[in-house]
Amino acid sequence: MQPSDARRTPPDFVQPIPTGPYRGLNPTTKLVIAVAEALVAFTVRGWTGPLAVLLVLATTAVAARLGRRLVPFVIATVPLTASILLVNTFLFPGATDVILRIGPFTPTWSGLEAALQATLRVMAFAMSVAVLVLTTRPDELVADLERRGAPRGVTFVIGATVRTIPRVVQRAGEITDAQRARGLDTQGRLWRRVRGVLPLAAPLIFGSLNEVEELTMALEARAFSAAGRRTTLRVFPDGTGQRQLRWAAALLTAALIVLSIAGRLAFLP
Amino acid sequence: MSLILRDATYRYAGVGHPALTDISLEIVPGSVLAVVGANEAGKSTLCLLAAGLAPTTIGGELRGTVEIDGLATIGARPPELAQRCGILFQNAETQLSGTAATVWEEVAFGPRNLSLPLDEVVERTEAALSALGVEELAPRDPGRLSGGQAQLVALAAVLAMRPAYLVLDEPTSQLDPQGTQLVGSALQRLTQESGAGLLVVEHKTDLLASIAEECVVLADGKIVARGSAGDVLADPRLDEWGVEPPSTARIERAARSAGVQEPMLSALATRP
Repeated sequence: MQPSDARRTPPDFVQPIPTGPYRGLNPTTKLVIAVAEALVAFTVRGWTGPLAVLLVLATTAVAARLGRRLVPFVIATVPLTASILLVNTFLFPGATDVILRIGPFTPTWSGLEAALQATLRVMAFAMSVAVLVLTTRPDELVADLERRGAPRGVTFVIGATVRTIPRVVQRAGEITDAQRARGLDTQGRLWRRVRGVLPLAAPLIFGSLNEVEELTMALEARAFSAAGRRTTLRVFPDGTGQRQLRWAAALLTAALIVLSIAGRLAFLP
Repeated sequence: MSLILRDATYRYAGVGHPALTDISLEIVPGSVLAVVGANEAGKSTLCLLAAGLAPTTIGGELRGTVEIDGLATIGARPPELAQRCGILFQNAETQLSGTAATVWEEVAFGPRNLSLPLDEVVERTEAALSALGVEELAPRDPGRLSGGQAQLVALAAVLAMRPAYLVLDEPTSQLDPQGTQLVGSALQRLTQESGAGLLVVEHKTDLLASIAEECVVLADGKIVARGSAGDVLADPRLDEWGVEPPSTARIERAARSAGVQEPMLSALATRP
C-alpha cells in the first residue's frame, strides 16, 4: 500500500522497465535500429550490406545473450533460402560460368554467388526481426509509440494483432475439432484436406467478424474514440545518446540507400 | 437525475420492422431494474439503446427519446455516453481490449482513453478492482482467466469509467454456477457500494429475484408486464412469455398443485 500523500504510480508489474545490454534501450530505438538493419541489408549491393548487418546483429545477439533463442528464426528462413539457392544456382539468367553438368542441370558460379548474397539478405532481415522481437515486448513498443503520439488506432491494431493471432489459431483449432466431430475429413491427400478446410473458413471468418462488432461496441463503451493522447503509464528511459543514435541510424540508412541507387557504392565487394 | 427511455421505438438499419416499440423506462441511481423475456424479445437491443450505443455507434433509427442524466443519446459523442452509462455484454472475451498484458492494464484501459492524470487512472483502477474483490487478479494475463474471472474483469473495466448507470446484458449467460455466483455476489455489492443504477437482463430469474427491485417483461419488442420484481417474477403468465420463473415460484406452484395447504406454503416462501 502506498502512503496516501505519495504520488500514485502503477504497480511494478505494469510495463516493467527492461534492463540489460541492448534490452535496456528504449523500444523505439530498437525498432529504428531493426528497420535500419533490414533496409541496409536489402539495399546495399553485393556482399557488404548483408555481411555488415549480420556482423552488427551477431554482436547485438551476444551482448543481449540471445543465443539459441535465435535458432527458430533461422529455421523459419530455411524453406525460403533453400528455394532461393536452388532457383538462382540452377536457373540464373545469362550465366555461362558452369560449375559442373548434372544431366540437364547446370549450376553456375554467378548463380551461386547471387543465391548466397540473397540468402544472406534474407538471413539479415530475419535476424533483425528476431533481435527486435526477442529484446522488446510488443506492449513496451506500443506504449512508447503511443507516448510519442502515434495514432490511437494504429497502436491498438499493432497491440491487438500481436495478441489476437494466438487466439485466432486457437479458434481455428476449435472449429476444426467441431467439424471433425461432424465427420469432416481434414487429413489424408492434399485435395481431401483442402476440401476439408474450406468449410472451416466460413465459421472462422463470420465468427471473427461478429467478435469484431462486439469488440467495437465494447471499446466505444470505454471511450476508445475520445480525443487527446492516452495517459502514459510508464515512461521508458530515453536519453540524448539514444536520440542521437536513432537519428544517426536513420540518416546513415537514408544515405546508403541514396548512394546505392545512384551507383556510388559499386566499389564495395 | 436518471436514465430515461420515453416512448422509444428503435429499428436496426436495413430492417423493416422495429426491434423495440414504445419503450418507456426509468432507472434511478441506486436502483436495480430487471428485464426478462424470451429469446429475440429485444432485450439486448434494449441494452444497446439504454447505453446509447444504438443508434450512435451501430446505426439504425430511433424515435422517442433516450436520456442519460439529461443528455440525449442521439447526437452525443460515444466518449460522453461511456462516462455516464457503462455496458457489460454476455461474452467476456470480446469485451477485453486484447491489448493489455495484465488485468490491471485492462481495467486502466478506459480511464487512460479519457486522458486522465496518472494519479486518477491508478486510483480508479485500484478502486474498481477492489469493488469487485479481484485485486489478486491484477498481475494476471487477461487472456488466461476463467469465464467468471474474465467477466468480473470486464465489469471492473466498465466500473473504472465511474458511470452513474450500468447496463448488464446477460452477464452470467456463459458462466458455470461458480462463475454465476461470483458475478451475482459482485452485483449485489455493487448496488450497495457504488450507488449506480443497474439495468440487468438475465434469463436466470433466481439471480434477478435476489438483486432487483423492479422488473419488466419484454415480448416481441414491447413491454408486456412491469412492477415490483417479486410480483412480476411470480406472475403465472411468465411461461407464456417464454420466461422461466424463479425456483421459489416454481416450488410454490408445484406445492399448490400437490395440494399443500396455505400455512405450509407461507413457511416455504419464508425459508432462507
